Amino acid sequence: MAFDNYFKLTLEAKNVNESFARGVVALFASELKPTISEINDIKTAVSEAVTNSIVHGYENKGGEIVLEAGISGNTLDITVSDNGIGIGDIDMALQPFFTTKSEEEHSGMGFTLMDSFMNSLEVKKNTPSGLVVHMTKVIKG
Amino acid sequence: MEINYLNKDDSVYAELSGELDEYSAEYVRISLDDLLNKSLKEKTKLILDFSKVSFMDSTGIGVLLGRYNKFSKNDIMIYIKNPTSYVNRIFEMTGIYQIIPKVS
Repeated sequence: MAFDNYFKLTLEAKNVNESFARGVVALFASELKPTISEINDIKTAVSEAVTNSIVHGYENKGGEIVLEAGISGNTLDITVSDNGIGIGDIDMALQPFFTTKSEEEHSGMGFTLMDSFMNSLEVKKNTPSGLVVHMTKVIKG
Repeated sequence: MEINYLNKDDSVYAELSGELDEYSAEYVRISLDDLLNKSLKEKTKLILDFSKVSFMDSTGIGVLLGRYNKFSKNDIMIYIKNPTSYVNRIFEMTGIYQIIPKVS
C-alpha cells in the first residue's frame, strides 16, 4: 500500500519503551490534526499492542518489536509486529477478559480496547513466529 | 507516576499522578500493597483519585482488579474518584465500576 507518509522503527521489547512507542505514533499522526480524544484512542491502542508483544510475545525477556505507521488520506495505519511466542488461538485471545496471565493481574482487555478505539483491527501470525497487529483509524479531526 | 497519600477519617486518599501503563504498574502495585501492609489500621476505605492520571491502558484495569482482591480480603473497600473523561471511558468499557465504584 502506498502511503502519503510512512515510518518504520525497531524497538527493544522493554516496558520503558511503551511510552515512547505511543508518543511517536501520536506525534506522527499530528499532521492529520486529530482531536485530543482521537490522540488518546491511538495512544491506548499502540500501548496495548506494544505491551502485548513485551509481556506476552517475549514474556518480558526482550526481543525486537517493529512499529510501523502510515498515513493515507485521513486514515492512520499502524502495524506492530514481533517474533515472540505468538498466540495459538487468536479468535479466543480476542475475546474480552481472555488472558493467559491472570495470576499476574492482566485484565485480558487489551485487544478489546484496540478494537473499540480503532476502526479496524486485524491480528495474525507472523513468520516464522510471533504476531502482527494491524490497526487503522480514520481521523476526523 | 507518583502517588500522594492523605489520611482523612476512616479513609485513605491516594492521588495518582502521571501515566499508568505496564512500565509504571509495578510501582503502583508496590506502593498500594505497602500501604495495605503497614498503614491502614482503622481505615475502611481506599479512595483512588485519578484526576491527574493523564494516560492509562488496560494494564491499569489489571492493577485495580489485583488491588481489589487484596484489599477486600482485609475488609477495605476501594473507590475511584475524579477520572478524566478519557480514563473514565476505559473504566466504563471494561465494567470495572461494578466492582470498584466511582465516588464524587
